[in-house]
Amino acid sequence: MKALSEKLLGGKQGAIALAILAMVLFVIFPLWLDSFRLSMLGKYVTYAFVSVSLVLLWGNGGILSLGQGIFFGLGGYCMAMFLKLEASDPVSTKIQTTPGIPDFMDWNQITALPWFWEPFKSLPLTLILILLIPTLLAFIIGFAMFKRRVGGVYFSIITQAIALILSILIVGQQGYTGGVNGITDLKTLLGWDIRTETAKYVLYYVNVCLLILSIMLARYIITSKFGMLLLAMRDKEERVRFSGYDVSDYKIFVFCVAAMISAIGGAMFTLQVGFMSPSFVGIVPSIEMVICAAVGGRMSLIGAVYGTLLVNFGKTMFSETYPELWLFLMGGLFIAVVMFFPDGLAGVYDKYSKNFKLGELLAKFNKNTVKRIGDML
Amino acid sequence: MFGYTMDEIGNIVVMQGFSGLSLFSVLLLMALGLAIIFGQMGVINMAHGEFMAVGAYTTVLMSKLAVKYDLVHTYFVFAIIAAFIFAFVIGYLIEFLMIRHLYHRPLDTLLATWGLSLVMQQIFRSTFGAKEVSAELPEWLLGSFQPTPDIDIPINGVFVMGLAIIVTASVYLYIYRSRGGLRIRATMQNRTMASAVGINTKKVDRMTFALGCGIAGVAGASFTTIASTGPTTGSLYIVDSFMVVVFGGATSLIGTIASAFSIAQAQSILQFFMSSSMGKVSTLLVIVMILMMRPEGLFASKLRK
Repeated sequence: MKALSEKLLGGKQGAIALAILAMVLFVIFPLWLDSFRLSMLGKYVTYAFVSVSLVLLWGNGGILSLGQGIFFGLGGYCMAMFLKLEASDPVSTKIQTTPGIPDFMDWNQITALPWFWEPFKSLPLTLILILLIPTLLAFIIGFAMFKRRVGGVYFSIITQAIALILSILIVGQQGYTGGVNGITDLKTLLGWDIRTETAKYVLYYVNVCLLILSIMLARYIITSKFGMLLLAMRDKEERVRFSGYDVSDYKIFVFCVAAMISAIGGAMFTLQVGFMSPSFVGIVPSIEMVICAAVGGRMSLIGAVYGTLLVNFGKTMFSETYPELWLFLMGGLFIAVVMFFPDGLAGVYDKYSKNFKLGELLAKFNKNTVKRIGDML
Repeated sequence: MFGYTMDEIGNIVVMQGFSGLSLFSVLLLMALGLAIIFGQMGVINMAHGEFMAVGAYTTVLMSKLAVKYDLVHTYFVFAIIAAFIFAFVIGYLIEFLMIRHLYHRPLDTLLATWGLSLVMQQIFRSTFGAKEVSAELPEWLLGSFQPTPDIDIPINGVFVMGLAIIVTASVYLYIYRSRGGLRIRATMQNRTMASAVGINTKKVDRMTFALGCGIAGVAGASFTTIASTGPTTGSLYIVDSFMVVVFGGATSLIGTIASAFSIAQAQSILQFFMSSSMGKVSTLLVIVMILMMRPEGLFASKLRK
């Protein structure tokens, strides 16, 4: 039991860091921020799921996926489809030519619900699909690529192309997906209005709980033997292969887990924000999520969360006041982090906390030397 | 088929084929630069599209000057050269300031150059405005010729293709038939040996990167003849260009040409019969599927890691 809790929390230091994060998200922010800002924070927390998945996948596994937006988006769209169907019941859509189908379908002269919307009429099925569809897609992509030993930059480029394909597809198929506007006007979840202030608070707390669970899951994976193998694969893939491990299986597994965590983030995003659109699926959001993880620290689960919150707060602040400056800052930040602080904020923190310990050591050493010099005299 | 007669389909294929050739030319020029940089140094340059935009904006500026001094008839040739030089110089500086520190971390170059592309896009937006601008084209580039009454072939498309062929031929000659190219290939094949026989490999890297960027500049110049230029023009082509390079097999010149041709033609012809977005989706999807089955691309025998 003790071993399990240690693995989930990551030792004493990890537990403290996680407790501080939980404290900040559960207590400090809700007390400090008004409900508008808090709901915005909730949005950033959903991005943090993707950062956590990237720490697992990229920081530890060395697999840079430029398509995490795919899974975030799929999770979000699954949730949005369920909510949209609930919002477009025959009574409230009776002015349409075909009542009972989402309004954008009606605008696009579609008269019957497409088959792939059918499962999203039930909540349990939707919840299963939120986890299943992205994981399955990740499995197919991962199986096809890792079994053929495609890795490194090729993997990044191909995932990026898939993100592009998905976003063009969603924009192009307006009648089935809501097009460039996405799926909007989501109202209730099983009759519970998600637009009220109370609902936003509740969703925020659910969000943070899920995030902390995801961090614990990721930490469990990282601290297990599997995590050791991930690191080994990142650094010397050939050696791991020669030691008799099937590298591709491990990569496929970690890619699927990362996809699932991102999808949870996407589904929570839809609930928290009340809509889903292709602008959270394509290339740009996918890379921005990598930026967030990189700024926070690609090796640190907790750091990546702080990084995500910080980058997105900065983005909102700056694009409100100086929209021009923001892209300069974002680009510059990214170049600087990659070139000078490859381990991000967490790396900087570690360095200074280590220096601090080094100082203690030096002090001890000095004391000893002084004593010895005193003895000699 | 699709409610057209066979004759009409023939004409559509010819005309869409020619419009595909313009796309082919731009993609080919973009991919050439990328393939050189990638094949040589393993660097993924996400800002490549922005180097293309540098070339395009140079051409637009030159055309403004040309209108002022009444040189519209001849300026375009100089514009191409200027576009090359500008993109080359900026590429040289970027390599010196940024890329050379990241050679041992290929995934990180990808991220850093993405940051660079954001900065460059914002520079374009602040300098030239968010609106798309277009170059004043000389008269001999406008219009079209008609071999039969039903077929209409724009001259600018033919010009762009000619330019692409000339640039490709020169790149071929430079890489496979000159001392400079020999040095590039030597460094590419075995860096340690190359430097042991006295090749300054760092200089070779810098020149190669700058050359790739310069070619992107030419791509930008030729792009202005078929469309107008905006701050995000480059980013529209970057994924396509990467797909061309990967699909063709990163180190093969023939592969790059063949894959640029097939991707451009497939997109162009499919876009006529389906919607524009579905044409693009199906092309990309087919490429991704082929790459999953044959990850080393069309024309490379080396297994990829």
